[in-house]
Amino acid sequence: MLHTAPPLLASATGDHPGFLSPSGVEIAFLLVGLATLGAAVITVTTRQLVHAALWLVVALGGLAVEYLLLTAEFIAWVQVLIYVGSIVVLLLFGLMLTRAPIGRSPDADSGNRWVALGVALASAAALVWVVVDAFRTTWIDLDGPAQGSTAVTGAFLFRNWVLPFEALSVLLLAALVGAIVLSRKRNTDTSTGKGKSTGPTGRPGPIGTPGKEEQR
Amino acid sequence: MNDVLDVALRLAIVFVVFLVAPLLVGQTEHKVMAHMQGRLGPMYAGGFHGWAQLVADGVKFAQKEDVVPAAADRRVFQLAPAVALLPYLLVLAVIPLGPGDGAVGQVVDAGIFFVLAVMGIGVLGSLMAGWASANKFSLLGGLRTAAQLLSYELPMLLAAASVAMAAGTVSLTGILDAFAWWWLPWQIVGALVFFVAGLAELQRPPFDMPVADSEIIFGAYTEYTGLRFALFLLAEYAGIVILCALTTVLFLGGWHGPFGADGLGWLWTLLKTALLAFVVIWLRVSYPRLREDQLQKLAWTTLVPLALAQIALTGIVKVAIN
Repeated sequence: MLHTAPPLLASATGDHPGFLSPSGVEIAFLLVGLATLGAAVITVTTRQLVHAALWLVVALGGLAVEYLLLTAEFIAWVQVLIYVGSIVVLLLFGLMLTRAPIGRSPDADSGNRWVALGVALASAAALVWVVVDAFRTTWIDLDGPAQGSTAVTGAFLFRNWVLPFEALSVLLLAALVGAIVLSRKRNTDTSTGKGKSTGPTGRPGPIGTPGKEEQR
Repeated sequence: MNDVLDVALRLAIVFVVFLVAPLLVGQTEHKVMAHMQGRLGPMYAGGFHGWAQLVADGVKFAQKEDVVPAAADRRVFQLAPAVALLPYLLVLAVIPLGPGDGAVGQVVDAGIFFVLAVMGIGVLGSLMAGWASANKFSLLGGLRTAAQLLSYELPMLLAAASVAMAAGTVSLTGILDAFAWWWLPWQIVGALVFFVAGLAELQRPPFDMPVADSEIIFGAYTEYTGLRFALFLLAEYAGIVILCALTTVLFLGGWHGPFGADGLGWLWTLLKTALLAFVVIWLRVSYPRLREDQLQKLAWTTLVPLALAQIALTGIVKVAIN
């Protein structure tokens, strides 16, 4: 990661202001990024399960703000809608359905944490390398008109990137069908024992409709 | 300096509307419900037909002790009302009241997405409250809230997407500019789906299973007292205002009206919003509460197919008139 920084700075000394005379937006971007990173670190280190999910809200919301600062307004709102509004709610729902004790849960830890850290660092390095390599010479004019407005995003998505978009749709559809099939199979195998899940704190689970939520 | 003043003034107006409109809806609910049930409702506070009843309620709530249960997760418990209330304030700022850029708090390019995204955050407040209260009824209420949100957000989004397709834009002001009267019959199914799904997201009767008093006391809000409880109530009524205003803007043409759209456009918006708010109250008085499985069934087997059919219809008509 470190060795990619000097070329970035070098290319910035051309006709662009560079990182050494940051504008207000850039400073805000950096500060929000630090807050997001902090929230993300707390998410994976806290011993309280539900707190982890709530810190995830902060981290994902911080990401949305970063998108906003990069003028990608549409992506920012979709980030809030999908991740904060749906994924985290689904996560919280799952937690409450199974086990969501108030306070620390010392057993909520895994021996794989170092492996997980390694994988996380490797994927982060790969992502940073790819993004820096792809966009090194691309600069966004933050003061001009929004370059990530809905119209621009839509045109890009459905003119230049329509094949990956459709491939992703098919992948998601396959996952959806798979989830339905899996939940159906389980229901026929174990005809009883549904809706009696009792957490370690003695909290009863709901008698709701499992399987319905997996469709999302 | 003038810009700063302009923004400050707009935000101040939005804030005042945010505080006053929910109280108006609440007072209307008191009176309308009472008269529909053959009662008079509040008659004493303030003198004239009990107009100050909710002000008195507010004073009462402010005087009450703010209790946090001993076993509760203190910080999450205290934060939850703010998380439930603030999204509605943000949403109110982008809803256009009249034609032009002058009659909206802040024009947002992706208005529909902003509104639906931020409204979805409000439910996190109920979830936080339900979990942090350390009360099994609260937890059940929170769970029901989450289940309801997960199933009703989809038809709501689809119905909103239909309007966006019709207008060719996701900006709320853009949608209003493109509106024509025949959109009303064209998008009527989408409007119904949107309104019903919105009611369910607000947990208003007949979709108030998450706060069903005969089963789980008051759901996620059982342990709340004083001002924090009042904030949750305010969030509910602010939610009614937002939902009705949004339905007005998306499906009923907002400031468009048979006459006087130039000068009195804002009056049309307010009138339609008030009418829808009346319908919300009416539904509370006249419909029994849906059971949990009926709730899920309505969403997945009725609203989602209807919303998809509306999208198909919108697409066909859109292609035909082009």
